[in-house]
Amino acid sequence: MTPRHTWHIVSGKGGTGKTTIACALACALATSGRRVLVCEVEGRQGISQLFDVPPLAGAEERRISRTPAGGAVYGLAIDAEDALIEYLDTFYHLSIAGKALDRFGAVDFATSIAPGLRDVLLTGKVYEAVRRKIKNRPNAYDAVVLDASPTGRIAQFLNVNAAVAGLAKAGPIRNQADSIMRLLRSTTTTVHLVTLLEEMPVTETEEAIAALRPTQIRLGSLIENMVTPTPLDRDQLEKAAAGSVILKVPRLTIKQNQALASEFAIEAARTLQEQQRLDRLAALGLPLVEIAFDHGGIDEGAIFAIAEQLIDQMSLETA
Amino acid sequence: MTDEDQARALPELPRAHFSVPFLDIDKIIGDRETKIIICCGSGGVGKTTTSAAIALRAAEVGRKVVVLTIDPARRLAQSLGVGVLDNTPRPVPMIDTTAGGSLDAMMLDMKGTFDDVVIAHSTPEKAEAILQNQFYVALSSEFSGTQEYMAMEKLGQLHSEAEAHGTWDLIVVDTPPARSALDFLDAPEHLSSLLDGRFLRLLLPPARGPLRLMSAGFSMMSAVITKILGAQIINDVKTFVRAFEALFGGFRQRATATFQLLSSRHSTFMVVATPQHDALREAAYFVDRLTEEGMPISGMVINRVHTSALALSPERALALAEDLAGTSAALEIEALRRHANLMRLIAGETRQIERFASARPTVAQTQVQALPTDVTDFSALRRVGSLLADKD
Repeated sequence: MTPRHTWHIVSGKGGTGKTTIACALACALATSGRRVLVCEVEGRQGISQLFDVPPLAGAEERRISRTPAGGAVYGLAIDAEDALIEYLDTFYHLSIAGKALDRFGAVDFATSIAPGLRDVLLTGKVYEAVRRKIKNRPNAYDAVVLDASPTGRIAQFLNVNAAVAGLAKAGPIRNQADSIMRLLRSTTTTVHLVTLLEEMPVTETEEAIAALRPTQIRLGSLIENMVTPTPLDRDQLEKAAAGSVILKVPRLTIKQNQALASEFAIEAARTLQEQQRLDRLAALGLPLVEIAFDHGGIDEGAIFAIAEQLIDQMSLETA
Repeated sequence: MTDEDQARALPELPRAHFSVPFLDIDKIIGDRETKIIICCGSGGVGKTTTSAAIALRAAEVGRKVVVLTIDPARRLAQSLGVGVLDNTPRPVPMIDTTAGGSLDAMMLDMKGTFDDVVIAHSTPEKAEAILQNQFYVALSSEFSGTQEYMAMEKLGQLHSEAEAHGTWDLIVVDTPPARSALDFLDAPEHLSSLLDGRFLRLLLPPARGPLRLMSAGFSMMSAVITKILGAQIINDVKTFVRAFEALFGGFRQRATATFQLLSSRHSTFMVVATPQHDALREAAYFVDRLTEEGMPISGMVINRVHTSALALSPERALALAEDLAGTSAALEIEALRRHANLMRLIAGETRQIERFASARPTVAQTQVQALPTDVTDFSALRRVGSLLADKD
């Protein structure tokens, strides 16, 4: 059994828990003996905070977790300026010139004024990690998970070709962008979108899918995060939402039962709205993955629990 | 047992006890000296809704308000009448004008604002050359700080117009969802230093003044850059820089002016958050950074705080649900479980808010309870406004 995809890209609107899902996915992929890298690109130090380990310094790939299944998860926080200096060093043996350029403000300039360039550098670093070879192993990592830009920018972020098209018509940057794009469009790369069953995240998910389709990058799963499952059917929920049920919990007073019923009416109405949004997500034609809301908060144990749910619902392996 | 006895017999439930000052929105909007309110905070905490609710409330107590929104949810934008991104403040219909106020709303068009700046500050030929340049196109539509910078640029314009014509007496600004607390304050400075920076000067032959001394070093550097990026990029950059040169001074000047405007007593910042660890951590960065910069902060708006009218602990609710297991009381069981979840959520939120408050006891707070539905229309916005202004 091998991982079906070696490059997983996770996006989602801010606040949907995309970093948590990216980390959980890395844990899910890190089965016995496997090494999985999880990368972030937004400078938030979200990964180290989730695993409660010291911040990931520039260009450092450090083991941040051993999974219960016996794999290892490594973390990397990619910074565009470090990536540029590393790029110069790798391709041109120019680490000193790179540092000199940095002093002149050139690195800041290049990565700021040409954000396409910045995206190429960030995705380029992940590209390098995905393809890196080491002794006695086919790849340095069995899989790489990228905690990518939010849904509002994801298509732009991944469309590195388009980003540099106007800026570099030929030359090494262009070649690098072309190689990245080839890997992004290959069958071993996939993009997952994390959403809540709320209005804005669902709308942004729909928009992100429409924007991603033309890039020819394969879409993976839609991950509905923080779902509260209900054993009730639509009919029961509608009655509860309309306030037309009378609750009779023994040992609660009439007033308490009434307060419980009006609170439940709001909960039921919300659940109904969520179900409508779930229908909208289902209409997008991608596999849906449901992650239950964890009332205990998110720590390493909770990440492992989410990883279990991902393993159960996603086809991560291929024979 | 009566209801009262029953209630008394219940365990003490977690509830927010605040000794922190109350953020009195009505006092702030009622003060005619308040001319600019800036709502900042991390993404997804309800900044746009908060800005719109404050603007509406201010307009309905008689202020002449313009609200600058960045990326409103479509239906909220429609109800405000700013469904189109056209950079022009438009009157919001249907507000209550009995107090003599008015409300205009606009949605920031980042590229349009930048184009306007270019057109306004250069000759038609130069403007044309800049607008066509690939680097300008990338900079004006994608640069990570451009949105922040253009929001500030637009704020400057609105302020001048308000001062000159008395069109408005209060500007409410929603800020872009910054990646970090620093972006919002740093972007204008960052952009102007980029455009005014040493590196760009180096690219502009012939180097003038003291920079001439570096030109030997620069030709080495230029050779390296050309090797890496290709000659065509360098040429594009040079064309861009030459065309942009005339604007450099203006950018820096306006960035400084906007910074001063924000630090003045006529401005005030409200930091928006939700009662979750991440959002409050971001809010803490904002508060600390604004304090460091000497910016006027009126306080924190904590959105989507959950509440319950039923004083029943999660443990007891679950125990009651357990007693009913196996009976036909499916609705009761589900209602009790949901209540237990809600009470745990409330306990978690209360803990987060109290931690924040104990670390920053002088920062005033107001809380807005979680609403059952999305805020998409006027009555919901008014309700948010009154929840904002309400001390409980």
